[in-house]
Amino acid sequence: MNVSYKWLNEYVDLSGLSPEEIAERMTRGGIEIDRVESRNQGVTGVVVGYVKSKEKHPDADKLNVCKVDVGTDEELQIVCGAANVDSGQHVPVAVVGAKLPGGMNIKRAKLRGVESQGMICSAKELGLPDKLLPREQQEGILVLPADLKLGTPITEVLGLEDAILELDLTPNRSDCLSMLGAAYEVAALTGLDVKLPESRIIDTAEQASDYVSVAIEAEEQCHHYSARYIKGVKIAPSPLWLQNRLVAAGVRPINNIVDITNYVMLEYGQPLHAFDADLVSGGRIVVRMAHDGEILQTLDDQERKLDSSMLVITDGEQPIALAGVMGGASSEVSADTVNILLESARFDGGTVRKTSRQLGLRSESSARFEKGVDPERVLLALDRAAGLMAQLAGGLVAEGVVQAGEVGAEPAVVSVALAKINRYLGTTLSGLEVKTIFGRLGFAFEVAADDVFEVSVPTRRGDITRDVDLIEEVARLYGYDNIPTTPIEGASTPGSLTVPQAIRRELRKRLTNAGLHEAISYSFTSPAQTDLFPDLAEQVRPVRLAMPMSEDRSVLRTSLLPQLLEIAAYNRNRKNDNVTVFEIGSVFHTDEETLTRLPHEKHRLAGLLTGSRRQSQWNVKAEAVDFYDAKGLLEEIFRLLGVQNSIRYEAAAPTHYHPGRTAAVLLETGRGYERIGFVGQLHPEQQRDLDLQDTYLFELELGQLYDAADAAIVYKALPRFPASGRDIAVVVDRTVQAGALTAAIAETAGELLESVEVFDIYTGEKLGAEKKSVALSLIYRHSERTLTDEEVTELHGKVVAQLEESFGAELRK
Amino acid sequence: MKERLEALRTEALEALQQVTDPGALNELRIKYLGKKGGLTEILRGMGGLSAEERPVIGQVGNEVRGAIEAAIDELQERFQREETESRLRAETIDVTLPGKAPLSGAVHPLNKVAQELEDVFIGMGYTIAEGPEVEEDYYNFEALNLPKNHPARDMQDSFYITDEILMRTHTSPVQVRTMKQMNGKPVKVICPGKVYRRDDDDATHSFQFNQIEGLVIDKNIRMSDLKGTLLQFVQQMFGQQAQIRLRPSFFPFTEPSAEVDVTCVQCQGHGCRMCKQTGWLEILGCGMVHPRVLEMGGYDPEEVSGFAFGMGVERIALLKYGIDDIRHFYANDLRFLNQFARM
Repeated sequence: MNVSYKWLNEYVDLSGLSPEEIAERMTRGGIEIDRVESRNQGVTGVVVGYVKSKEKHPDADKLNVCKVDVGTDEELQIVCGAANVDSGQHVPVAVVGAKLPGGMNIKRAKLRGVESQGMICSAKELGLPDKLLPREQQEGILVLPADLKLGTPITEVLGLEDAILELDLTPNRSDCLSMLGAAYEVAALTGLDVKLPESRIIDTAEQASDYVSVAIEAEEQCHHYSARYIKGVKIAPSPLWLQNRLVAAGVRPINNIVDITNYVMLEYGQPLHAFDADLVSGGRIVVRMAHDGEILQTLDDQERKLDSSMLVITDGEQPIALAGVMGGASSEVSADTVNILLESARFDGGTVRKTSRQLGLRSESSARFEKGVDPERVLLALDRAAGLMAQLAGGLVAEGVVQAGEVGAEPAVVSVALAKINRYLGTTLSGLEVKTIFGRLGFAFEVAADDVFEVSVPTRRGDITRDVDLIEEVARLYGYDNIPTTPIEGASTPGSLTVPQAIRRELRKRLTNAGLHEAISYSFTSPAQTDLFPDLAEQVRPVRLAMPMSEDRSVLRTSLLPQLLEIAAYNRNRKNDNVTVFEIGSVFHTDEETLTRLPHEKHRLAGLLTGSRRQSQWNVKAEAVDFYDAKGLLEEIFRLLGVQNSIRYEAAAPTHYHPGRTAAVLLETGRGYERIGFVGQLHPEQQRDLDLQDTYLFELELGQLYDAADAAIVYKALPRFPASGRDIAVVVDRTVQAGALTAAIAETAGELLESVEVFDIYTGEKLGAEKKSVALSLIYRHSERTLTDEEVTELHGKVVAQLEESFGAELRK
Repeated sequence: MKERLEALRTEALEALQQVTDPGALNELRIKYLGKKGGLTEILRGMGGLSAEERPVIGQVGNEVRGAIEAAIDELQERFQREETESRLRAETIDVTLPGKAPLSGAVHPLNKVAQELEDVFIGMGYTIAEGPEVEEDYYNFEALNLPKNHPARDMQDSFYITDEILMRTHTSPVQVRTMKQMNGKPVKVICPGKVYRRDDDDATHSFQFNQIEGLVIDKNIRMSDLKGTLLQFVQQMFGQQAQIRLRPSFFPFTEPSAEVDVTCVQCQGHGCRMCKQTGWLEILGCGMVHPRVLEMGGYDPEEVSGFAFGMGVERIALLKYGIDDIRHFYANDLRFLNQFARM
């Protein structure tokens, strides 16, 4: 809502208060003023002039030489290029020394040899916004009404010495979608009085009911419909003062009748509609729901296909307007219109909102109905507009209002106790202070026992329905700044993270210490991306948005990896080939075609490593990352969470991973070993497509890890007896996994084996292509005594024998 | 014999003067003092001396040995010193060359800020609650006093999946879930997380962003407590000089509602470009929990009251680090991320 400071002054005496002061007070009072803009965009020295004569320029076809009277003794000679300039016109004249918006300075000049002492201006040159100009003013010079005094500053004529306050209204304060609403607000903030506009209707012999009938067939959607009949209007442009106010409010003047409906809408916040009464068959108004498939051509010349959820105004047969949204073309007021059927109604906000959304058609009218209009103003606005039509368009207002439905303008009574106000706000307001505040708001009230205020809330403030709404009014007028600052009373509570939150923080800490950067990517992705890594979820059906912004962001991610790949590619394109990143975030799975319940939302941890492990330096060579870097990170994480002994890795070949360099990660839970993720290399074909070097990935479900994580550190006594170490190297088939060897060793050696570690893998010609040598370091220890050499030798012998038996291992000497 | 000893001394000391390396020194030690060396050789003849001569010659022998030994020791020390010195010379390096960088990554700035915010509230006695990012319309809107077709729903244009399920537009649904879970008991939580609103991305808007919201419900919670809490929070987050300013506003789930400005972090309130010369930056919205919301959450608004507040993590991070474009947070350019690898 754009509020003209000058116009506002009609309802509240603003003398002594600048537009900026009003803006500051309104903003601090809860109506945010986005900006205060001067209507004058830089016009000085432009006055009303009279074109006494016009002659063709001797040397230019398109130019005219005009003699212009601007109310001074001197007659000005002005060369003008506008096609519509003519003798006998009143026009804006920028005299020598004038300034125009955009920094143009008017000087004495010669145009094709003819002297010009100024410039005749168009509306655009005066800084009026193009889209608000009536059609006839969009081209050529601005032709002014003939009754203006010559020499009058144009800024006065066009009302440019004004400021516009741009209100950024919250949905609850739709009462301020009107000049009167803004006036009440300013009055409450300043303690001034509101002066209401007058409606003058001169009685006539004609009866409106002889011309108009009204029936409502959809009572839930149309609460009240009122109409008046205005006879014999003369369609013409509105007087300048009215046009100026419309333009100031950002509404384009059309003709006097339409302008009056818009003017009164801006003044009262009550949308009105004027029908050409002779085009409404039989003067019948029937308000009903549209039929499915019914067609209505709206004022913007669009064909609208209606359905049964939409409310329409009909003539008993055909729809002639989309209730509360827009009128129909068939009954539009035109230059030939003589008689007016004027509508003022209260439609259901939800219905208007739905219709307007469904058709993508929003109007000043729908914006007001959606948020609810003041029931009391339906008839006030009707009378005000009818009166203006008589006054400004020469119409005769027929006697009486034809109406149906309920006015419904009973003020609500809301009670609030002084004690509750103070308890709620933490204030110590007195009854007198609260009385003053309600008085300034214009709320009538009575004070009952125990300082309970029984407030009759005016119908214009439909947002106030409960005691807390009144408390807010008290708070904002008292000033939020004046409310004290207190600590919460009562026992203090210990704050804490939940276990999953604490785990995620530890993971972040550990992984960033290991050199990885944390990424955050979008949860929305393309359907193709969700197909890339399907193996970690049993029921991958991506969740699709109903109305995505683009196909690229149309579904919820099912894995974190595709976006990590995008990040790698993004950085590679910026000359950074070494990318080590991780992300902790949710993925979304469902097994339903159409959701009837929330999808499975799973926290995951994913990582990507590509390029070098670290930047090469003068003394450090770049080394490419490999599978074991990625796996090492997982091992570290599992140690961190205390679950390292419940984890197993198995060779696996999930989609789009390298089949020979990928492991499934299994976690032992109460239900046995469950697969919680994969670690491996991106499939070489994928790497080629994305133009990436060898890239290693991991992705883990965090849910099971949250459950399994063991935060309790239990101290284990340091060994008191010496260990006995034995190293062996065995030659086995290349396909034998080291994990199988160590598992077999652990199994055979039993409790006396403290640890077994692979310390070397050797392949070479000497062994043959199908063989490898695995060197293992075994440590034996007894916690209660020193093991004898014989004991160790015997046990170790069993271990070696087992390896020979199970794996055909040959002991390397 | 005495003469032979003296001669040996002279010879040995002269020879030692010529020695230039530890190897030669050792050879001389063996030659003169070794088991088969010159001194031993001479003293072996002591058996043929008289009882009177023996101690005299013995003493001379000891003197000669002492003198040679002293000379050898001195040389030995000198060689060692020289060796150390030359080693130090050889080992001298260019200390101005850069050191080996240990690996280091960075927590994402949004999580860095979120963790910091969480820690402030944890210190003030809040626990942290989380909820799903895909939500039911009921939790996201209806239970927050935003019935279907309520005009205030326009304030948050949403991504719907079905008519009843959508991407949460704020973390307030977690508050509703918390209220239901607490079953009438006092509440003091913050709810961090990702939220989604249909918005064209530009330098200050992102369709996905992070919020942290807080909710406190108990007997006699007052609006002055809300002000006290927020003041304590901004002073811990932005420094003791930070002040707050509340402006009346509207949220369907609170009444009264307010927007909160904090003293500009850049100019400390003097007015600068960042705060558009106002000295204030808008950082959060808040209010007293609407009685309808309390009722739907299972609380009696006549018995308890509460306040709620919410802020955007991106907004705070932009202000805190002076970042000019919100899209940086989601591009994950390592040159950007790496700037947050520090305190």
